[in-house]
Amino acid sequence: MSTKYATYETAWCPGCGNFAILDALKDTLNKLNLSPHQVLVVGGIGQAAKLPQYINTNGFEGLHGRALPVAIAAKIANHNLKVIVNTGDGDSYGEGGNHFIHNIRRNVDITHFVHDNQIYGLTKGQSSPTSGLGHVTDFTPNGVFNKPLNPLTMALSLGAGFVARAFSGEKDHLVEIMQEAINYKGYAIVDILQPCVSFNKVNTFAWYKDRVYKLKDHDYKDKVKAFEVANIWDEEIPIGIIYKEEMPSYTDNFGFLKEKPLIEQDTSKETVKKLIEDFI
Amino acid sequence: MEYNVLIGGEAGQGMKTLTSVFSQMIHKRGFYLFTLADYMSRVRGGHNFFQLRFSDDKLYSHCEKLDVIIALNQETCDLHLGRLKEDGVVLADTNVKSNDSRLVTIKAKELATEVGNVRTMSTVLLGALLKLFGLDEEYLEEIFSHKFNEKITNQNLESYQRGQSLVEQKFKTSKGNKAERLLINGNQAIALGALAANMKFYSAYPMTPATSIMSYLVTKAEEAKIIVEQAEDEIAAINMAIGAASVGVRAMTGTSGGGFSLMVEGLGLAGIAEIPLVIALVQRPGPATGLPTRTEQADLKFAINASQGEFGRIVISLNSPEDAFYQTTRAFNLAEKYQLPVILLSDQYLADATQTVNLFDLDKVAIERSIEDEPSSDYKRYALSETGISPRALPGYHSGVVINHDSDEHDEEGNITESAQVRNDMVNKRAMKFSLAKNDIQEPKVLGIENPQILLLGWGSTYSQLKDAVELLNENERRYGALVFGDIWPLPTKKFLDSYKTSEKIINVEQNSTAQLASLIKETTGKDIDLNILRYDGRPLSADEIIEKVLEVE
Repeated sequence: MSTKYATYETAWCPGCGNFAILDALKDTLNKLNLSPHQVLVVGGIGQAAKLPQYINTNGFEGLHGRALPVAIAAKIANHNLKVIVNTGDGDSYGEGGNHFIHNIRRNVDITHFVHDNQIYGLTKGQSSPTSGLGHVTDFTPNGVFNKPLNPLTMALSLGAGFVARAFSGEKDHLVEIMQEAINYKGYAIVDILQPCVSFNKVNTFAWYKDRVYKLKDHDYKDKVKAFEVANIWDEEIPIGIIYKEEMPSYTDNFGFLKEKPLIEQDTSKETVKKLIEDFI
Repeated sequence: MEYNVLIGGEAGQGMKTLTSVFSQMIHKRGFYLFTLADYMSRVRGGHNFFQLRFSDDKLYSHCEKLDVIIALNQETCDLHLGRLKEDGVVLADTNVKSNDSRLVTIKAKELATEVGNVRTMSTVLLGALLKLFGLDEEYLEEIFSHKFNEKITNQNLESYQRGQSLVEQKFKTSKGNKAERLLINGNQAIALGALAANMKFYSAYPMTPATSIMSYLVTKAEEAKIIVEQAEDEIAAINMAIGAASVGVRAMTGTSGGGFSLMVEGLGLAGIAEIPLVIALVQRPGPATGLPTRTEQADLKFAINASQGEFGRIVISLNSPEDAFYQTTRAFNLAEKYQLPVILLSDQYLADATQTVNLFDLDKVAIERSIEDEPSSDYKRYALSETGISPRALPGYHSGVVINHDSDEHDEEGNITESAQVRNDMVNKRAMKFSLAKNDIQEPKVLGIENPQILLLGWGSTYSQLKDAVELLNENERRYGALVFGDIWPLPTKKFLDSYKTSEKIINVEQNSTAQLASLIKETTGKDIDLNILRYDGRPLSADEIIEKVLEVE
């Protein structure tokens, strides 16, 4: 694990999947040769969303569900920054669901790492949008009735250009996927499965370990195949890059952003004067 | 010389074009214009009207008494005839009927059909309207050819000529005093102010009556090299603006009360994370959907108090388009100097009233960024200081320096903490800088006599009606004055307290039902204001109405 990005005391439970994801992210940034000041890590609210607190890069810890709007606007304002969102399944797919939908459409060049433990940790054990049917929690004593959301097929159907799944228990593989995701030019989502040792007694480390397998010979350019793979769940769970397609990202729509980032461009006094005089 | 024309009809009858062309012709001739828009929340049909008041002197508000009514339908004639002066004229197509001798009908529709384009009916009426004031076609071709292709321009010019030949001049007009002035409304002035302040990022969700800020900016985005992003909702809009501002560009969002309700948590985020942010809150009557296209000033206390927790924010209410322009540029400086949200409080009346104003002067606009360009290696984003202001460095530009923003309570480095000591330090730090911001707050504008016998109070857009009302009241007896607040939170109290001592009577004028300014004054100074003139039916107060009520209560 790289020490360049520092080590802080965390508020996570011992054995939490977040540790492995944080370590993987530090290794990834190191492998990509990124200095702390070149990276901005954005989180919402939740256990996973505390990650910006525990890494020595630029950080923004915002509101519950609202990591994506902050992150994409920061990227638009200064596209020289590597902008990475680390936040949970509740934050990304529940409270932030509307932003998830529309930022796939917007396709700003950021990376979205969802720490998906299929449960709410910070608020102590409520079901999340990805909790399985029948999952009994203190708040769903008769089991979850609501169908779980599939973030991967959702992202695919909305036109995402980089869709992947990883597992916190396969760290080397996770680091590889993280590098690919960060290097992808556009919105990249990686749904990272992780156990919640305190509140999810169903989807445990062993539960995931028994099921995940690394994709082999998968053509990630084939969207139909991608849908097929993204739908495999329960008995076995494939991890890896599920879909990847090069496409123009948001900032490519603006000619003036090709020269330099927005923050380095001023609206000239002459332009403003002309715009005022249009009202004469 | 001063005249007042009402143009009314259903949405989709060409009323907007008629109003816009007439406005531009009046403006370009060197008259001052004030246009009030009264429209319903629908795309077609309904009853809508524009009131165009013009003069060779500067105008500040609309007025009720009418010289001419252009009735594009029967309803317009029936509804507004009561406001027509004795020597006034109703001009309409022959399908409008009335026993009133002031009705003049012309075969507008028939003539427009003859010309080959029935849609030029309103231009026949325009020809007749201009003729009533003895005005010719100067500027007409230029205006039409800017709007339409050659064929339609020629049809309109032909229809105009037909209209001119149908009536005789009735009103005398002066020559006008041509100068470089702007014909602009409050929202356009806010947008230009933002561009003059070098705002680079505007995110918003459409909401009447704030939408036209975004619709203006988006058409100028390439030219001004700015990003205008239509967000998926107002929550995204404010969080985007915060995200952009957090890395160092000047960012803004705009909405009306309903959208602002959704933005409230974001407002608190800008407060605790100390992000400079400008928000235009263009009020309409609420709560919830309320009256979408009408006016009210009922969000004052909401703007001041929105969000859980305690933090400083500055609220500036806008008095006029000129004020909107300059205050918007100032709002960005204040937001960055004190690293807090600044709310610009406008309303539908100011947003939509197109009026003649003096040319905005860019030499009066200063851009003060308040950014730390050379942070040391032990830089801390929330460093405690004597002023409560921590130097603000930007991420990405300084090797070895990282910037952390946090919505949790945080230490000087921006990392989460639950330390009681740090919590107190940070609450005190934020309070300290807000208390310092009070030094930059501007006292209310004085209208009429300073420290008068009868003092009127107001804020925001009622500046315009109060200005006209005080002037007219003083024509009889010079004992009236008004204080109109622009900066309203923190509330400046010096001028008010001076006048309070000397005034015999104080009358508070507001467009809401609970006298929110009076209540804020009571809360801040302990002084009671007993007399209120309040209007909350969604329609703007007029100077005449204020005068009538002042004379009633005093």
